[in-house]
Amino acid sequence: MSAVAVHSLWTTAADPISKIDAPKIEYGQLSPTLIVVGAALVGVLIEAFVPRKSRYYAQVFVSVVALCAAFAAVVALAADGYGTTRARIAAMGAIAVDGPSLFLQGTILLAALVGLFTFAERRLDPAAHGNRVDSFAAQAASVPGSDSEKAAVKAGFTTTEVFPLLLFAVAGMLVFPSANDLLTLFVALEVLSLPLYLLCALARRKRLMSQEAAVKYFLLGAFASAFTLFGIALLYGYAGSVSYATIAQVVDGNVPRLDPALANTMGNDALLLIGAAMVVMGLLFKVGAVPFHMWTPDVYQGAPTPVTGFMAAATKVAAFGALLRLLYVVLPGLRWDWRPVMWAVAIVTMLVGAIVAITQTDIKRLLAYSSIAHAGFILAGVIATSREGVSSVLFYLAAYSFVTIGAFAVVTLVRDAGGEATHLSKWAGLGRRSPLVAAVFAVFLLAFAGIPLTSGFAGKFAVFKAAAQGGAVPLVVIGVISSAIAAFFYIRVIVLMFFSEPRSEGPTVAVPSPLTTTAIGVGVAVTVVLGVAPQYFLDLANQAGVFVR
Amino acid sequence: MENLIALLIAAPLLGAAVLLVGGRRLDAVGHWIGTALAAASFVIGLVLFADLLGRSADQRTLTQHLFSWIPVAGFQADATFRLDQLSMTFVLLITGVGSLIHLYSVGYMEHDERRRRFFGYLNLFLAAMLLLVLADNYLLLYFGWEGVGLASYLLIGFWQHKPAAATAAKKAFLVNRVGDMGLAIAVMLMFATFGTFAFGPVFSHVGDASEGRLTAIALMLLLAACGKSAQVPLQSWLGDAMEGPTPVSALIHAATMVTAGVYLIVRSAAVFNGAPGAQLVVTVVGAVTLLFGAIVGCAKDDIKKALAGSTMSQIGYMVLAAGLGPIGYVFAIMHLVTHGFFKAGLFLGAGSVMHGMNDEVDMRKYGGLRKYMPVTFITFGLGYLAIIGFPGLSGFFSKDRIIEAAFAKGGTEGWILGGAALLGAAITAFYMTRVMLMTFFGEKRWQPDENGTEPHPHESPGVMTIPMIVLAVGSVFGGAFFSIGDRFLHWLEPVTGHSEGNSPLSAWTVTAATMVCLVIGVAAAWAQYGRKPVPVVAPRGSLLTRAARRDLLQDDFNHVVLVRGGEHLTRSLVYLDHTLVDGVVNGTAASVGGLSGRMRRLQNGFARSYAVSMFGGAALLVAATLLMRAV
Repeated sequence: MSAVAVHSLWTTAADPISKIDAPKIEYGQLSPTLIVVGAALVGVLIEAFVPRKSRYYAQVFVSVVALCAAFAAVVALAADGYGTTRARIAAMGAIAVDGPSLFLQGTILLAALVGLFTFAERRLDPAAHGNRVDSFAAQAASVPGSDSEKAAVKAGFTTTEVFPLLLFAVAGMLVFPSANDLLTLFVALEVLSLPLYLLCALARRKRLMSQEAAVKYFLLGAFASAFTLFGIALLYGYAGSVSYATIAQVVDGNVPRLDPALANTMGNDALLLIGAAMVVMGLLFKVGAVPFHMWTPDVYQGAPTPVTGFMAAATKVAAFGALLRLLYVVLPGLRWDWRPVMWAVAIVTMLVGAIVAITQTDIKRLLAYSSIAHAGFILAGVIATSREGVSSVLFYLAAYSFVTIGAFAVVTLVRDAGGEATHLSKWAGLGRRSPLVAAVFAVFLLAFAGIPLTSGFAGKFAVFKAAAQGGAVPLVVIGVISSAIAAFFYIRVIVLMFFSEPRSEGPTVAVPSPLTTTAIGVGVAVTVVLGVAPQYFLDLANQAGVFVR
Repeated sequence: MENLIALLIAAPLLGAAVLLVGGRRLDAVGHWIGTALAAASFVIGLVLFADLLGRSADQRTLTQHLFSWIPVAGFQADATFRLDQLSMTFVLLITGVGSLIHLYSVGYMEHDERRRRFFGYLNLFLAAMLLLVLADNYLLLYFGWEGVGLASYLLIGFWQHKPAAATAAKKAFLVNRVGDMGLAIAVMLMFATFGTFAFGPVFSHVGDASEGRLTAIALMLLLAACGKSAQVPLQSWLGDAMEGPTPVSALIHAATMVTAGVYLIVRSAAVFNGAPGAQLVVTVVGAVTLLFGAIVGCAKDDIKKALAGSTMSQIGYMVLAAGLGPIGYVFAIMHLVTHGFFKAGLFLGAGSVMHGMNDEVDMRKYGGLRKYMPVTFITFGLGYLAIIGFPGLSGFFSKDRIIEAAFAKGGTEGWILGGAALLGAAITAFYMTRVMLMTFFGEKRWQPDENGTEPHPHESPGVMTIPMIVLAVGSVFGGAFFSIGDRFLHWLEPVTGHSEGNSPLSAWTVTAATMVCLVIGVAAAWAQYGRKPVPVVAPRGSLLTRAARRDLLQDDFNHVVLVRGGEHLTRSLVYLDHTLVDGVVNGTAASVGGLSGRMRRLQNGFARSYAVSMFGGAALLVAATLLMRAV
């Protein structure tokens, strides 16, 4: 560094600061996120000040109200035209308020609300020492199997912190798909991830497995975040800005004001390509695309099942939203570079998810691989790079998230002495003993498999149609083949449930409270409605399919 | 007035719904509800008929648009009805004869505990047939066509406890499916050619289509007609269908079902006129069938099966006439109507005989019944005279005109077709006289059955004889009424068109020849069955007789060619499926499963391995992105 440069740094800092504009914040347009963050903070205060006995009720109440209010705010914004004609960039360029944002935020909030119901379920486990218990550890800090754990169980402790943690994660997810600069994107990524790491560790049963899953998730998540951050740094180095719009302009080569430093870096495509690939990789990690998928089965299996359901649904929605915005707003000029790569990722993801799922013996791991395959299907829609692509992905995400939460909610019901009976062999003959539960689960499996008259079919059809119109016919062919492979293991579970002899000491189906019943009912209703009459929602997604720049 | 058209169908449809949904509480009155609604439909038909008569000839086409049935871009199917002279004729025949058969069934099915259901099916049959003849497009017609198939299946197999009835119903249904396929293909071809299947547009654009295309459509329509109208080669279901209750036979043979094929051809006149090749095939099918049915009719000892052969033969006449084009269309329909009268009368008479004879159908065990059943004898006898074409009665006028038209086709074809029709007339006279003699004349031949109870032949109740009387009146006067002053010709001509053709023979020559044939047939029958007593056990008979008893080996033919052939085909397909297809499928499944097992091992549970995989993936991602820029 030359002496002149040092001097200039020095003198610039010494200049009198004449005026700093107060940041202009559009509170109304940010209200969904602000409501959720506020409620999460209230939740923390509840933990500190409300007596232990009332905390559960206070937390559930606050969470439900907050999520409903936030959803109402999203609807109000959409009704005001922020999704279409009045789409804009708020908060000094940090947040985009447009169609995809609002659609995904609405989906995340509804999914979170349904997920919250499964969090709050307290009737599945038998009461311990006269206290109703939920799926979460009595006291997170106590060592599994220790005396302090036993004491905590006996005292009837419950980890009501899960509710503010859920809300914090939701807040991050709301910002993630609407982030309009790379730093906001990263902050949102961390805000949504950290509570999830914690939540994964909180299972009441099989606590060691749960903690192992959390640690793995945390380590690998941190690893992925490092890549993302490095990619962000490279992109900043390339474009001299973290703002999506500015980076896009630099990528396209039409910069309003060219300063010498920028002129120096903007020709350096290696910075751009490596940076973009690394940021994309961080997002692919979150959606569970191959080869960044390996955490998925372990974490899905170890995490408390309500957390798995919530995470599988809402995280995927948020991460795909962020990926869409990144690829469509920041990197459209780089389309010809990232499309072939994403092709490969989508193909590998679909095939690996479908093929490895065949030999799974645990229902939660099976659903984890299924979620990997679905990530591949959604990527096929992302690659379309058209408005139809965006809307089909939006629709798919909405359809998929409710099926997922519903399916995991059903998993929480099937129990034996050791808690949830997740080994597939225990599900044999379930349809004979509990026809209703088995039938509901069969509906979800058929939706996963994409059988007509379920939301899965409408979603898959939309995604593949968009991909085919975008010229990705081979991708669609492989997608259909993967669907066929995937149908095998979904149908196998149905066959197992309905056409196998029940085992003598098989699991029982617990009778849930209205909370889980609602979650499953909403799942079935959405699955059937989106399957039978998808057009209204496809139109809605299509209206919401334009990103603001 | 147009708004009444839908009511024609709605009345029997309502009856079917009420009777089939209503359940046991309607058992006591169900048959009267069914009859009343059939009659109501007939009355509506009469009102509409009066209205049509009040209009000038070119104003006699009414249409009623009910609703858009299947509105898709470029594919427009409406629930629209068309009432013109042709469909009006059918409406009156279907509802009129149908109502009489309803009334008759009240008596005939009196002791059947499922009578309400029977009337429900009868009403359904009428509704489907009315939909068929009132439809204004081929798709709606197809709907009615399938409805007729369904109703006939239900009715033929009505006595489902009899295995023979169940089998017969299945057979009728399956054979009809072959024809239905023809109609389906014809409708699709029509849509592909004209972009629509509404009658008006199709007929007015016939000129735009190539003759080859028209021939294909016409042949497919003919296939459909063969199925429903029991024409060779799809005739085999008709005889077995006699397993149904006798009123059903009357309904199928006189008013509904078998007439549908003739209707289809005449309705599609424009298409057939544009495809002379197909028309020739139609006439050949008609001629072959009329002889086939007549020969089968000569050999049957079962009274209903003899009448069934006769129906096949008479429909053959109609198809022959329809195939002649504008020369024959009007006479095809005229014969259809007169046939409706006398065939319904004959069947109801046969049912009356069976009713009095403990359901015996073997004519060799009848004999001399004229003394016991005078009303049945007289009405059956009038129907008999009508069908053989006794001068002055219905059949005389209508059949005679068909034979004339066949000669008028001209050329060698005309001679062959006319000759076949004449020959058919002689055979008709023979087998009908045989039925008449074996049933009502000679000595009584019935014996006590194995339980020792001897039948006590008696006249049927009024509710059964009244319809027979009404039909007999129609059989006697219908033809003369239609023919004198060419009333029927002028009525129908605006729809079907008409031309005289140029017959090499004068009308009187043809009539005289027909009369000679008639006399020969009757005389031959008298020589064999009138002069000498009829043996109770059938003699062995000639080769032809034995073949005719087996329906000219139609089932053997079907068995050898279709069943065996089909079995071979399916066996070889199954073999292919087991070895080739299953081999590929199982092999694929096994290899995918193996791959899955191997890939599963990569998931070893160690976070460090996962991190390495991520690192490798990231490296690949970056490298691939850079590579994409490089190439």
